[in-house]
Amino acid sequence: MIKIFLAFVRKELFHILRDPRTLAILFGMPVALVLIFGYTVTNEFKDASVAIFNEANDDLSYQLVDHLTASGHLKLVTSVRTTAELEQAFQSNQVKMGIVIPAGFEDDFFRQRKADVQLIADATEPNYATTLTSYARQMIATFQQNQNGTSGVQPYQVSTEIRMFYNPQLEGAYNFVPGTVALILMLICAMMTSLTIAKEKETGTMDLLLVSPLPPIVIILGKVTPYAILSFIDAIIVLFLGYYLFDVPVRGSLVLLLALVLLYLLVALALGVLISTKAPTQQTAMMTSMFALLMPTMLLSGFLFPIASMPSLLQYISKIIPAKYFIQIEQAIMLKAAGWDAVAFPALILFIMLIVLLTAAWRNFQVVYK
Amino acid sequence: MGAVKIEHISKSFGDQSALKDINLDIAAGTLFGLIGPDGAGKSTLFKILTSLLIPDDGKATVAGLDTVADYKQIRRIIGYMPGKFSLYQDLTVEENLNFFATIFGTTIEENYHLIKDIYVQIEPFRKRRAGKLSGGMKQKLALCCALIHEPEVLFLDEPTTGVDAVSRAEFWDMLQRLKEHGITIIVSTPYMDEASRCEEIALIQNGQILQVDTPDNIRESYEQPLYAVKATSFYQLIKDLRAAPFTKRVEPFGEYLHLTTSGYFPEEAIYNLLKEKHHEQIEVKRIDATIEDVFLELAG
Repeated sequence: MIKIFLAFVRKELFHILRDPRTLAILFGMPVALVLIFGYTVTNEFKDASVAIFNEANDDLSYQLVDHLTASGHLKLVTSVRTTAELEQAFQSNQVKMGIVIPAGFEDDFFRQRKADVQLIADATEPNYATTLTSYARQMIATFQQNQNGTSGVQPYQVSTEIRMFYNPQLEGAYNFVPGTVALILMLICAMMTSLTIAKEKETGTMDLLLVSPLPPIVIILGKVTPYAILSFIDAIIVLFLGYYLFDVPVRGSLVLLLALVLLYLLVALALGVLISTKAPTQQTAMMTSMFALLMPTMLLSGFLFPIASMPSLLQYISKIIPAKYFIQIEQAIMLKAAGWDAVAFPALILFIMLIVLLTAAWRNFQVVYK
Repeated sequence: MGAVKIEHISKSFGDQSALKDINLDIAAGTLFGLIGPDGAGKSTLFKILTSLLIPDDGKATVAGLDTVADYKQIRRIIGYMPGKFSLYQDLTVEENLNFFATIFGTTIEENYHLIKDIYVQIEPFRKRRAGKLSGGMKQKLALCCALIHEPEVLFLDEPTTGVDAVSRAEFWDMLQRLKEHGITIIVSTPYMDEASRCEEIALIQNGQILQVDTPDNIRESYEQPLYAVKATSFYQLIKDLRAAPFTKRVEPFGEYLHLTTSGYFPEEAIYNLLKEKHHEQIEVKRIDATIEDVFLELAG
């Protein structure tokens, strides 16, 4: 049986390797997606336009402004004298961030040993806004360090207050790598498997396989295994590109992450098999995968749009989308270095989904093929 | 061995009744033809016999094995060639054959004697992808793949559809030779002229079997006199013949009309009648019935 299974996998690999379109989807797509999302949702910036609202006008405040603009990353476009002017600068898209230095900045710093700076960012582009503010915050921290000396004790402090204009609910900047992994796995596992099984049905070869002594389970396993392996490789490629090109780290356990990638991959495969038991042709399989899987994965999983700001109906729908839980898991492990206990709940939900989908796929398969 | 027995098989898809109370008894080692037009139910019957479909009613056995209860054993002993060319277009001739040999737990070498006659014809193209073969070549490859595990019963669903006339004739020759290996072969075809290549045929129409017999007996069962008639104005000829008092039925057959009369008339009588109607280059001759005549008679 092993020999037959391997012959099957070999045949499937031939199908994949000989079809340029399949190859392009398998390997071109992940790379393209990471690069596109990576560079459009980039955290690199140069010459970001900044407005200064200096109410203090004392020596120390001028030093701070010099310090902030010295790096070249922040470009001082305008100095404003009222909050209304600042607001206007935002609305005309003249600046992306305003730095507000309140009156008595120097006094506060040296007498009360604590001065405030406010950073106001235009958060219509949330990722850009977070990067900008975090950069400015860092610069303010080094400014504080310079004033105190590097001795370790920091008696004089500048505290920064950050305000996001226009879109207070921010999604993290590192969203796109986890999201792309979720999307790619769904695309390849679910769509490609449903397509390849539907293709056998459409061309009539499924009948030939079914009249052979092969148990249906071997047929299905033989068909999905190559895709499972290839999409697992894809997940690694995306993580790798994310790490080296965009500095998206994996702070938690890589083993745990990959184990859960595998779980999500199985969920996607089960979905693909389920679709293929229903879809008689490749076209139906394609359409179903597109509308039932890819669109929700992209739009409702929190990948592109924050779930919290969706209407409540869509929020409910998002609860049944596997990618939502998988992205949660990825973010927790990759960015927050969370351990097993922190991701146990979303992992459990994925596991339950897997069981439900497998049962449904199996029952459908029985109805169709026996 | 490979006898096939079908008892009271019925199958519907929704409201559409595909097969109605089919009964057939096919002896082992027979080259059996299932003849009927598209939509007659041939493929549905094949799918039931190959255990791909479960009948609503009745039962069928292949080599003594029940198609529902013993489907696993049946799948080991049958070969099946589905209606359209169903092999992997992106695999080469050799890879297709190897794959099907492997999933049936055998090798090309083991059963080479069975397919040798056919395989030598496509062997020069063994590195070519199946999708790039001509219709006749594809058909031969499909037959090889269906034979590679030495089946007891071979089901060929419209194997000659979409294949040129020469390849069709060759194909039937191959089937005759395969019969010598003791394999029961059940072929379906919409081409009535291929019926004579079978030992026994069943005529099927609208999910019902019209008649089962040897091709000769079926032809001889046509009892009324039959004439082939031709004249220059074909359309007028049909109209005039249909209006004639002796006519029972008129069917176009290529360049001739087949005229069935209700009693015997000498050819001259028909000739004279047409002459009166100003037909030119009239030709009338008494002929023996073909399978198609019988089919049209039964189906009409």
